[in-house]
Amino acid sequence: MYRYDQYDQQIVDTRVEEFRDQVKRRLSGALTEDQFKPLRLMNGLYLQLHAYMLRVAVPYGTLDGRQMRMLAEIARKYDRGYGHFTTRQNIQYNWIKLADAPDILADLATVEMHAIQTSGNCIRNISSDQFAGAAADEIADPRPWAELLRQWSTFHPEFSYLPRKFKICVIASDEDRAAMRLHDIGIQLVVRDGQIGAKVFAGGGMGRTPMIAPEINDFVAIADLLSYVEAALRVYNRHGRRDNIYKARIKILVNDLGAEEYARQVDEEFAGMKARDIDPPAAEFDRIAAFFAPPAFDADAPDTIDRSDPDFAVWLDQNVRAHKQPGYAIATISLKPVGGIPGDASAEQMDVVADLAERYSLDEVRVTHSQNLVLPHVRKADLYTVWQALRDAGLAEANLDLISDIIACPGLDYCSLANARSIPVAQKIAQRFADLDRQRELGELKLKISGCINACGHHHAGHIGILGVDRKGTENYQLLLGGSGAEDVSLAKITGPGFDEDGVVDAIEKVTNVYLGARQDDERFVDTYRRLGMEPFKEAIYG
Amino acid sequence: MNILTGNDLKTGDVIWWTGSDWSRHVEDAADVGDNGEAIAHEEEGARRVNSPYVIAGEKTDKGPRPAHIKDRVRALGPTVRPDLTLKPADPEAGSWVI
Repeated sequence: MYRYDQYDQQIVDTRVEEFRDQVKRRLSGALTEDQFKPLRLMNGLYLQLHAYMLRVAVPYGTLDGRQMRMLAEIARKYDRGYGHFTTRQNIQYNWIKLADAPDILADLATVEMHAIQTSGNCIRNISSDQFAGAAADEIADPRPWAELLRQWSTFHPEFSYLPRKFKICVIASDEDRAAMRLHDIGIQLVVRDGQIGAKVFAGGGMGRTPMIAPEINDFVAIADLLSYVEAALRVYNRHGRRDNIYKARIKILVNDLGAEEYARQVDEEFAGMKARDIDPPAAEFDRIAAFFAPPAFDADAPDTIDRSDPDFAVWLDQNVRAHKQPGYAIATISLKPVGGIPGDASAEQMDVVADLAERYSLDEVRVTHSQNLVLPHVRKADLYTVWQALRDAGLAEANLDLISDIIACPGLDYCSLANARSIPVAQKIAQRFADLDRQRELGELKLKISGCINACGHHHAGHIGILGVDRKGTENYQLLLGGSGAEDVSLAKITGPGFDEDGVVDAIEKVTNVYLGARQDDERFVDTYRRLGMEPFKEAIYG
Repeated sequence: MNILTGNDLKTGDVIWWTGSDWSRHVEDAADVGDNGEAIAHEEEGARRVNSPYVIAGEKTDKGPRPAHIKDRVRALGPTVRPDLTLKPADPEAGSWVI
């Protein structure tokens, strides 16, 4: 993994001291809230329903054991013993005191972490495939490019005050595990004629106007990637709608101009930039890439697994995926226990994951946009030991990609923007389908819940999506079907009138019954929906 | 009734104007009538509260109850973590919110 050099460390340390002074001035009254708010947001500090909330960046979702242990320590020392992993591969703490914030950032800086660019109209934390560097199907590890983009975007003066926030995702396989085309810019590394390049998509996103990013370039030479992305940002920065917050995202610009015209303008800007030679020298990229060299795998690791424990075998089948290295596997740690809070982990659980990463995963942990954790490099021979430790810590739920593996935003239980609670709905659905055999019979079913139209819970991309709304002061839930954030990306459609909390759970059960009665062969829920259309599902719900 | 609420500047805790001070318990909230904005301005200047605002509420047997669910969640705490609310021992506390 990447390690800070003296410049990275100095940037972060200096930022901590700058914020310490800003907090001091706020507490003394030298700064009003209007003056202070943009400063605290630039350091990831929000004011939510119950307290200040700190969002800490996890660049491209990659952590090592000492960083995870620090996240646990912060939860214990400054918060209430837990943290919440988000759909942006970050972590949030819900109970932060303003006076503690600079000390927390100082602690984070000791393990090369920060909360920069987790808020505001800047380029946010770069996201990526949680299986990067381990996936059997990737053409390269996407993280060196994600890290390059992170360094380029950090405090970039031209892009610190964009029309709106800007999210970039980099992946390197055809299977999209990161919702790449629902980002402002999505980058997929591809190979053409033996050379790595990038397919670039622009103008995706969720929120109140969901859009799938169209392709704007089918192959950008990898040496030009940074300047091409900068050109794409420049066109957006110049023409993005600063007059209307609801129309300020790049998706509106790309949609209004048309992808072809937007791409033409980017090409024109790019042509002018080529001469300015802003792309990093190969030696600098190689320096970054060296940090992501494959770890020291055990070449003699056995390729067999003892499946004699039936519970372990279920977990293997559900939560473990193929690794590019023989003798190794990728293990996903579900943060979705039935009745639990999706994405929450206690300090003790974070410590367990840190220990397991150090002992059994070559000191790496990943955070997924689905609010789970991953041990990316586990010897197959160690999987049973790892599973036992996870089981003892309440982290061995075998439900990856099943109906109880629900993405849910914090909703009205924590978030000041929310209109309805998300977590209780997720809990009720998970409890209704608690029987794991029943879940496995339903197969892959991605269920995503947002507590407001901002769509942090990715409801537009759910095979089943739920949107919480405020209906005359009462929580109401709209049901959506047919979305996907994967390589078969699509946007879900609303079924009809909304429901109360129990009603939406009943409606989901009816929808799954339609699927079970109509599916052909190995069809997933979303495949059956696409074949049949909305009508039979609607009939079952409202008929 | 009109209730003045906000967050404690230093801790971020949800607080309610009692008529003379701030309390963490909505039961202590006073009816500020039409004076909410003026009190908010003064208290914000005194650095005792962050982002104060006036909400509608009703008087009940158990004290003031905010009209909107969002402020009832603020008054109690997260309904999904009863242990972290202001009434961890009261199993009925969540129903007060809903």
